[in-house]
Amino acid sequence: MHFDLNTVWFILVGVLFAGYAMLDGFDLGIGALHLFTHEDQERRVMLNAIGPVWDGNEVWLVTGGGALFAAFPNVYATVFSGFYLALFLLLAALIFRAVAIEFRSKRPEHWWRQTWDIGFSIGSILSSLLIGVALGNIAWGIPIDSNGEFAGTFFSLLTPYPLFVGVTTVALFMMHGAIYGVMKTEGALHDKLRGWAMNSIIFFVICATTLTMATLLYVPHMSEHVREHPLLFTVALANMLAIANIPREFHHGNDGRAFLSSCTAIVTLMALFALNIFPNLVYSVTNPEMNSLNIHNAASSPTTLRIMLIIACIGLPVVLAYTVSIYWIFRGKVKLDRMSY
Amino acid sequence: MDVLTLSRIQFGATAAFHYLYPPLSIGLGLMLVFMEGLWIKTGNTLYHQMARFWTRVFALTFAIGVATGIVMEFEFGTNWAAYSRYVGDVFGSALAAEGIFAFFLESGFLAVLLFGWDKVSRKMHFFSTCMVCLGAHFSAVWIIVANSWMQTPAGYHIVVRNGMPRAEITDFWQLVFNPSSMERLFHTVCGAWQAGAFLVVSVSAWYLLKKKHQEFARASLKVGLTVALVASLLQAVSGHVSAQGVARNQPAKLAAFEGLYQTTSNAPLTLFGWVDEKNEKVVGLEAPGLLSFLAHNDFHAPVTGLNEFKPEDRPPVQASFLFFHGMVGVGFALIAIAALGFLYFRKGTLHERRWLLWILVFSVLGPQIANQMGWFAAEVGRQPWLVYGVLRTPEGMSAVVQANVVLTSLILFTFIYFLLFAVFIYLLNDKIQHGPDDADLKPSGKLALPEK
Repeated sequence: MHFDLNTVWFILVGVLFAGYAMLDGFDLGIGALHLFTHEDQERRVMLNAIGPVWDGNEVWLVTGGGALFAAFPNVYATVFSGFYLALFLLLAALIFRAVAIEFRSKRPEHWWRQTWDIGFSIGSILSSLLIGVALGNIAWGIPIDSNGEFAGTFFSLLTPYPLFVGVTTVALFMMHGAIYGVMKTEGALHDKLRGWAMNSIIFFVICATTLTMATLLYVPHMSEHVREHPLLFTVALANMLAIANIPREFHHGNDGRAFLSSCTAIVTLMALFALNIFPNLVYSVTNPEMNSLNIHNAASSPTTLRIMLIIACIGLPVVLAYTVSIYWIFRGKVKLDRMSY
Repeated sequence: MDVLTLSRIQFGATAAFHYLYPPLSIGLGLMLVFMEGLWIKTGNTLYHQMARFWTRVFALTFAIGVATGIVMEFEFGTNWAAYSRYVGDVFGSALAAEGIFAFFLESGFLAVLLFGWDKVSRKMHFFSTCMVCLGAHFSAVWIIVANSWMQTPAGYHIVVRNGMPRAEITDFWQLVFNPSSMERLFHTVCGAWQAGAFLVVSVSAWYLLKKKHQEFARASLKVGLTVALVASLLQAVSGHVSAQGVARNQPAKLAAFEGLYQTTSNAPLTLFGWVDEKNEKVVGLEAPGLLSFLAHNDFHAPVTGLNEFKPEDRPPVQASFLFFHGMVGVGFALIAIAALGFLYFRKGTLHERRWLLWILVFSVLGPQIANQMGWFAAEVGRQPWLVYGVLRTPEGMSAVVQANVVLTSLILFTFIYFLLFAVFIYLLNDKIQHGPDDADLKPSGKLALPEK
């Protein structure tokens, strides 16, 4: 494996999507847990825990999509037109949860808040599920013809393996969101969230174990590279240790470290995914050798990749710097005030 | 309906709905910078109250703008996959740059702008407000660069890769500074400033009419009317520059704007009217020679007519004409309204002239209508091209997407957007009725501490 520009962009797009999963993951997870409490005050605290950061988190998806468009336009075109209805459902879900956060606390009436709470929660769960289903399809491979076009239908995307990846994603984000919530809250809600976190860890571990077995049995190409290069198994090991570390940190009262472990778990999962799919971006089940979209046949010209790399080198450090400072400004437990949701 | 028509309707409708919000974010962003800047400079807490009130409105428009903006980004891939393959190398770069340079900046500092009032110092908060405003403007820069490349492509060449032709960048700066990008950016940003300023003017005029929050309303009007007048005047300049650019770069589009079939020297400018497409002439009031002057700074210069272009290369004439003239008409009306309002405000008699206050209340619709019509004129006038002179609109469609699927998404999103719009208007009205919060006259938290 040598590091040409195409590989660099494979990694950068991966970093953007991993960043998205790690950051928007926790606010989607908070959304999935939102209806578990019935008290208005607690729901508000949960919303305000993600209040200042959720739309910044969503920008990672927008930028990831933009980077995919610019660096690998063929992948962008094939996947987005092929997953047409699924993507519009995802968009609808994302819109509902976004505006629900903004609208919810603007009126005091119970029916108003309840309606938007449901919209927020269902939107969050559906978004997580669909993102997982999309990822599952990419892992399993999709039918791609010799023109590089998607040759399936909406319903051919909803097969058991991708659906199960979707469920696992919901579980993962619930776990991640609950741990974030534990870190940001205090009192009774804090204890509730800790209970949900423990339950969602169990839910996630069951899903992840099953998914691992299913992948090894039915999707052999998704473990090929780790089989060939045993050193890469350390990533899988790191993933398992990170998950195991979460209850341990909870036990010692280190909520922040538990959250970092959860972040590590997500990043290592994405890394495993990327390591095995490389150098393909979309695996064609009809003709893996000829029709798969890889980092070369789907990419933009070297000139563009170089220009984009310069843009990324200027932009990303600045983005990281102020993202970190904004998380720093809003550190600590949530306190409701006049400007809160 | 066929998949092409449905895809065009869907893209047009979702873009039009989306574009109700970004101009407000850009314009209100600028207004917030002025309001908060005035507060820090003068120490007058009325400006603090203003900034807080308009921040709440800003948050509302921003949320819907972001949510509907993601749809736009995805639609290039879902409905226009062939286009995406063809231009991804060029167009995608501008879009990715928008994400990295604009959206992160905007959304990151928005957190401080909305929720950081009590957490950071005055200077830090003001800095965040400026960054949000800057981010909003950056997003305009990159999306206009991308769109202008579709109008006047530059800095690229066509290469065959894997048996398919596509556009690839040869010179990034030529792409960014393509022949129309800067003048169109100027025009778009002025329109956005108008949208923000007239919203402030409209709400303040309403308070004066209802004799509520009068001190707040007068202070808001001072900022609002000034920006509205300056932006409206600048808009006339930028409109003129843009029109000259269209004459130079897209002559078929200019001919459609004016319904001009024969190449004419002394070409007349239609003040109002419509196009009689069958007889190839314009019915209405015309000012002789004025079009030649506007397009080429010379009353006798010939202006290219539609007959110079093959019928399959002409844009729809009537629609281009009406959108363009509608935009220009509203633009001039806005100058007059802003000037009148400003004049009587300076004289101190504005609150007595209820007729003018009513006009100011409704003036908020003006920039929105003009912005929408301007975009429709620009995009309809670009037809039949998706990328002017390079790629035709039908060639950009997704190969695998069926009409019934597009119809499904179109119905779904029509429903969602109507719902969003209704809730937006309801909440906006709610905020306006509620008015500024008197508690905001006293800055709290770290902001309460005087600057050292």
